[in-house]
Amino acid sequence: MTSFLLGALWGVVGVVVIAGGAVIGVWWERKVAGRIQLRYGPQQIGPAGSLQMLADVPKLLFKEDVVPSGADKPLFKYAPLVVFAPVAAAIAVIPFAKGWAMFDTAVGVLFFLAVPSIEVVAILVAAWAQRNTYSALGGLRAASQMIAYEVPRALSVAPLVLLAGSLRPTDLVAAWRWWWVPLLALAFLIYLISSIAEMNRGPFDLPEAESELVAGYFADYSGMRWAIFMMAEYGAIITTSLFAAATFLGAGWPFDGALGVVALIVKAAALVTLVMWTKWTLPRIRQDQLLRFCWTVLVPAALVQLAIVGVVLPWL
Amino acid sequence: MATEELTLNIGPSHPSTHGVCRLVVRLDGEIVTHVEPVIGHLHRGIEKIAENRTYLQVVPLTDRLDYVGSMYANWAYCRAVERLAGIRVPERAEYIRVIVCELQRIASHMMGIGSSAADTGATSAFLYAFDQREKVIDLFEALCGARLTYNYVRPGGVAFELPDGWIEQCRAFIEQHPSAMLTIDEFFFGNAIARVRLKGIGVLDADTAVAWGVSGPAARGSGVDWDLRRDDPYSVYPRFDFDVPLGSNGDCFDRARIRLWECIESCRIIEQALDQIEPGPIMAEGLPRLLAPRPGDAYDHIESARGSLGVYVVSDGSPRPYRMKVRSPAFCNLAVLPEIAVGYTLSDLLVILGSLDPVFGEVDR
Repeated sequence: MTSFLLGALWGVVGVVVIAGGAVIGVWWERKVAGRIQLRYGPQQIGPAGSLQMLADVPKLLFKEDVVPSGADKPLFKYAPLVVFAPVAAAIAVIPFAKGWAMFDTAVGVLFFLAVPSIEVVAILVAAWAQRNTYSALGGLRAASQMIAYEVPRALSVAPLVLLAGSLRPTDLVAAWRWWWVPLLALAFLIYLISSIAEMNRGPFDLPEAESELVAGYFADYSGMRWAIFMMAEYGAIITTSLFAAATFLGAGWPFDGALGVVALIVKAAALVTLVMWTKWTLPRIRQDQLLRFCWTVLVPAALVQLAIVGVVLPWL
Repeated sequence: MATEELTLNIGPSHPSTHGVCRLVVRLDGEIVTHVEPVIGHLHRGIEKIAENRTYLQVVPLTDRLDYVGSMYANWAYCRAVERLAGIRVPERAEYIRVIVCELQRIASHMMGIGSSAADTGATSAFLYAFDQREKVIDLFEALCGARLTYNYVRPGGVAFELPDGWIEQCRAFIEQHPSAMLTIDEFFFGNAIARVRLKGIGVLDADTAVAWGVSGPAARGSGVDWDLRRDDPYSVYPRFDFDVPLGSNGDCFDRARIRLWECIESCRIIEQALDQIEPGPIMAEGLPRLLAPRPGDAYDHIESARGSLGVYVVSDGSPRPYRMKVRSPAFCNLAVLPEIAVGYTLSDLLVILGSLDPVFGEVDR
């Protein structure tokens, strides 16, 4: 009973962290995009427009909840929740401090890779439930892309597991040494690229390509249900950045304790900014090019990195 | 495996149709097997309405043809009317027309390049182009008070004298413009993803381009060396030294990028025109209040941002045109889309459409 209550408590904390992070992320993305695009971004409400969310969130909450007449109603209504939940769940295994995660499990790395990928099913369901050609195309694109990029993503994390000799994220943090950064630079790059593809962000945002598919798999969603899709996207950015900062970049290093958590968040925020910067700078790649890039560049490169780590491992 | 083709209606209201165009597309997976532009959603009957307006009242209607290049439609119409009525335009007015129309070419090409960028997802490059467009629009606003539909070129000359300080503002613009173009060239056309998205896509060979009456940057991207400013010189263009940039591959990359070099050439023309322009009248003298040319007909064409823009006007001696017909480059350029888009993917289709840079006000008229 206690463990159930504790789990529920952490669940609430996780969702709040993701939702809060998403709100800050939206504001930050608008500032970053503005900076890149010769404009200011939000600046009217609060200092540097930081209270813009106070205007945005109620607007979304009070919007009419439109369900298209041809849609499959139950699937249409619940798909956004199934998109969001696995993404939010991924935050549970992230080691925020040495030896501490909300859910410190021996298979944490597998959990982190596997659970958010349930999102694919939910996206397909959402796309199909709308009975809209654009969203169906977007859903199919999302499915092929997300499944393909799981492979290099998992392979890029494998060297970490090999070095630490454990699938427990807190063990990865404990085993981390500074020379992992140069050794795993390639794996880190592959992890970043495949994560961006995994969360359907630019330049890999084909499933929601505005210029082709209007809004892709959430074309007919509006109001709060649409906002849940957005929250899932930002949640994915936040969790992948946190995970990368915690495992590839040494979590709180060079600090310990509370200062270490701050350092981790700063590293993750830098990665989030990098992801946004990439999106607002680069054009969008095409579907066939995207898949070819995955199988002919990323997967072999990830295998090479794995081989390198495998070869040097006995001498460490 | 049994597969079925998917019919997709793109538009008439879609982020990438650049106005109100409907494309009926059949898709095999993501591959386009058939595409048919359904036009007419923006048909306002401008050519018919013109029959019930006086010659001067038609000018604002022409603004609504190519609404990102209104100055051209004004000018093409005015040239036809001037030929019909035998009006001699003062030299200063011709210079002003050249200057505003070259500025208009820049503004319009910024839209063309910007939409090529936006279609490939490069929203930042789009805004870099629009920053430049905004500066041109500001110049036009200072000139005639309007930002989109200028009604500035009138039969016999232009409507207003250049305001004080305008020439300096214009010089300041053309001084910074080429370097801004080089920035976009590096930022967008130099980008590896943009290159794989645009190169070898929607290839239009020179023969097909000529056969379908494609003109302007869309044809010059395929290496068709044809520019009315040089090959059928009008106004004061023979006095200027400029080059006509040509592409070689006829793909989206060449079609989009050629606009960038044309903008730089436009800056050269404007600079020379600003140096040569002299004080004088801006409107032909002795024009009647109500133009009523002798019965007859006249055709004139100019090089607009989209290609050869021609206007044919017939007079029956009354103060209203008996018939007006526009030869619209956007219409002819759009017609070639089914020829060049089949076999590419859905993502490419919209990039190809954007690289032809149609404006539907002019397609549908």
